[in-house]
Amino acid sequence: MEKTLNQKAWLLVLPVLVLVSFSAVIPLMTVVNYAIQDAFAGEFYPLENKFEWFSMLLESERMWSALGRQAAFSAIILAIEVPLGIIVALNMPKRGAWASFCLVVMSLPLLIPWNVVGTIWQIFGRVDIGLLGYVLDSLNIPYNYTQDFLSAWGTVIVMDVWHWTSLVALLAYAGLQSIPDAYYQAAKIDQASRWKVFRYIELPKMSGVLTIAILLRFMDSFKIYTEPFVLTGGGPGNATTFLSIDLVKMALGQFDLGPAAAFSIMYFLVILLISWVFYTVMTNLDKKDGV
Amino acid sequence: MSWMAWTLPTAIFFAVIAALLVIFTIITLRHPETPRVGILRIETTRGDRLFMTLLGSAFINLAWLGLIGAHQPYALIVCLIYAAAVFRWV
Repeated sequence: MEKTLNQKAWLLVLPVLVLVSFSAVIPLMTVVNYAIQDAFAGEFYPLENKFEWFSMLLESERMWSALGRQAAFSAIILAIEVPLGIIVALNMPKRGAWASFCLVVMSLPLLIPWNVVGTIWQIFGRVDIGLLGYVLDSLNIPYNYTQDFLSAWGTVIVMDVWHWTSLVALLAYAGLQSIPDAYYQAAKIDQASRWKVFRYIELPKMSGVLTIAILLRFMDSFKIYTEPFVLTGGGPGNATTFLSIDLVKMALGQFDLGPAAAFSIMYFLVILLISWVFYTVMTNLDKKDGV
Repeated sequence: MSWMAWTLPTAIFFAVIAALLVIFTIITLRHPETPRVGILRIETTRGDRLFMTLLGSAFINLAWLGLIGAHQPYALIVCLIYAAAVFRWV
C-alpha cells in the first residue's frame, strides 16, 4: 500500500515553536541588539564602532582569565570524575540487594538541587561549625575557603566531584551490565589478566556511555553557576569567578548591558559549538551501533 | 518592540539568516538529498553544512576582531571561502 503524504503533523509543532520563540529566540535577538549599543538609564545609544564591546572583551584580561579558570575547572573535574566513576562502577556489586542499595545511594547526590549542594558544603567547610572545616582546623591544616585560594578551589572541586561522580559511575555501570558473560568466560579461558579484561573488554564496551558521560559533565561544568556562587561567591578575590558568575556580575552587578550582551553571545557561541560536537558524536555513535 | 532595541544592522543580520533558512528549506523540498560523508567522516546534509558555516563564520569574525581588529567587512571574505570549503568537502 502506498503511503499518502500528509504534512498536517507540522501544525502540532506550532505550540513548541511559539514557546521557544518567546523563551529563547526573541530574548536572544534582544541580546544581539544590546551587544552593539550603549545602554544608559533605560535608553540605547548607537556606538561609533559597532563591535566596540566585542573588541573590549577580547582584549580584556578579565574575560580571558575567567575563561582560563573555567577551562581549568572543567579539565580538573573531568580528570577526577571519569576515572573515579569507572573505578566505582567496576567495584559495585553486579546483582542482588546490595546492587539496588548501591544504586539508590549513588543516585542521592544527583537528586539534590544545586543551591542546596552549595549550602551543604558552605556549612560543611566552615571552621567554627562545619565538620570538614573543624576537623582540618583541629589537625592544624590551614583551611579557609573564604580567604585561601587553594582551599576555595579544593572545596569547589571536591563539591563537584561529590555531586556528579555518581552520574559517571551510573552510566559506566549501565555500560558494564550490558557486557554478556561469554566475553568474561573467553577471557578466563585465555587467562587474561584483570588489566587486560578491563582494557580489551570493559573499556571498549563502555566507550559509548563514557563519551556521553564526558560530554555531559563537560557541558554542565562549563555552565556551572549556582554551587560556586553559593559557596564562595566567586572569591577569594576572583579565584573561583567562573564564566557565568563573571557574566552575572557584569550584567546585574554593574548593569553593563552592552558588554554583558557581547559576553553572552561569545559564551553562547562556545556552548553552541560544544553542543554541536556533542550532538554529532552521539548521533554518529548511534549510527555505528545500529549497523 | 521598542524594548528589543532594534537597530538596522541587527535587523539585516537576522533577515539574512531567516532568508538563508527559507532558501535552504525550499531547496530541500525541491531537490531532496541523501546525506554524504566528507573529510570529517560524519554524515552531513545541506542544513548541517549551513549550520557549520554560520557557526564557523561567527568564530572567524571574532578571531578577525581579536587578532586584526580593523576592516571587519573583509572577514566576510574569509567566511565565504570557509563556506565554499565546507560545502565542497565536508
